[in-house]
Amino acid sequence: MGAATPTGAVVLVTAVFLASAVEMVEALTIVLAVGVTRGWRSALQGVAAALAVLCALVVVFGPALVHWVPLSALRLVVGGLLLVFGLQWLRKAVLRAAGLKAKHDEDAIFAEQVAELSAAPAARSGRDATAFAVAFKGVFLEGLEVVVIVITLGTTSHRLGMAAVAAGAAVVVVVAVGLVVHRQLSGVPENAMKMGVGLMLVSFGTFWSAEGVHATWPGSDLAIPVLVAFYGLVAWLLVYALRDATAPGADGLPASEGSSHG
Amino acid sequence: MDDGRPETTGWVAVRWLAAFGRFWWDFLIGDTPELFVGAVAVIGVLAVMCLRPGLRTAAALLAPVLVAGVLTASVRRIARKRNP
Repeated sequence: MGAATPTGAVVLVTAVFLASAVEMVEALTIVLAVGVTRGWRSALQGVAAALAVLCALVVVFGPALVHWVPLSALRLVVGGLLLVFGLQWLRKAVLRAAGLKAKHDEDAIFAEQVAELSAAPAARSGRDATAFAVAFKGVFLEGLEVVVIVITLGTTSHRLGMAAVAAGAAVVVVVAVGLVVHRQLSGVPENAMKMGVGLMLVSFGTFWSAEGVHATWPGSDLAIPVLVAFYGLVAWLLVYALRDATAPGADGLPASEGSSHG
Repeated sequence: MDDGRPETTGWVAVRWLAAFGRFWWDFLIGDTPELFVGAVAVIGVLAVMCLRPGLRTAAALLAPVLVAGVLTASVRRIARKRNP
């Protein structure tokens, strides 16, 4: 069950692709800032090292979970994890859409990173440790959320390969667009994408955590798109109500408010 | 960090475990503990309902309503902070 049917698979691929794309847009900003200010060689080495570690995590933990953990326990734990994770993404997207939290500004982050990296002492020779470390950390930390999503969604639905390919495709698309436009992707509708990912993670989380405690979904997998639509309606109502309540003189909370994700 | 203690393997392991725990705490709970507690509470309610086979479909139907309640409560907490 879960994403074993075409409906579940489409939602799974969409969720993983969007989550990966959003995180890679943020990672691209950091890598571009490092490359422009410190040189591309060490920056790209940091990116390659981070991607290798992230791939290794998926390869090691994904199949291990499938083979060693009973399916109902896996669904309960993974469902709970996705529920918490998805609620964090959705909450933040709702607050941003309602104007209660500053939106992610790639241009501002790029300028801040460039200023910080320019102030750091230059490398004497060989590899620039600062460039390597900042690029590695940026890609690894942004990618870790994607790894958690790929492993949880992929293992529980027995479509780990499909989830990994969807995440990889998003990385390729973001990198290709970044190479073409040669700047940070500030025009991407990040909050709308985060809202979409949050809706899908919460829907999968609800579905699998309930299945993990042996609840019975009417319509089986068809419940997943219904859940996405239901949570979409709830999110829209929340944004509408909050905008209405805070419209006059709204100055918003700082971007740092809320959890560390997204 | 130099606190005068020798860097034994055990001490390094303790520091590594603390950092690992801190990472997962930030990752799952951070400054939104109500979402973590709410999700656990929802799953607990569903688990209790599912002990009776006749309530398993009702539990599934109730799940999204409870989750929506958790999200609404968390978002309203921030709105109240802004407009007390």
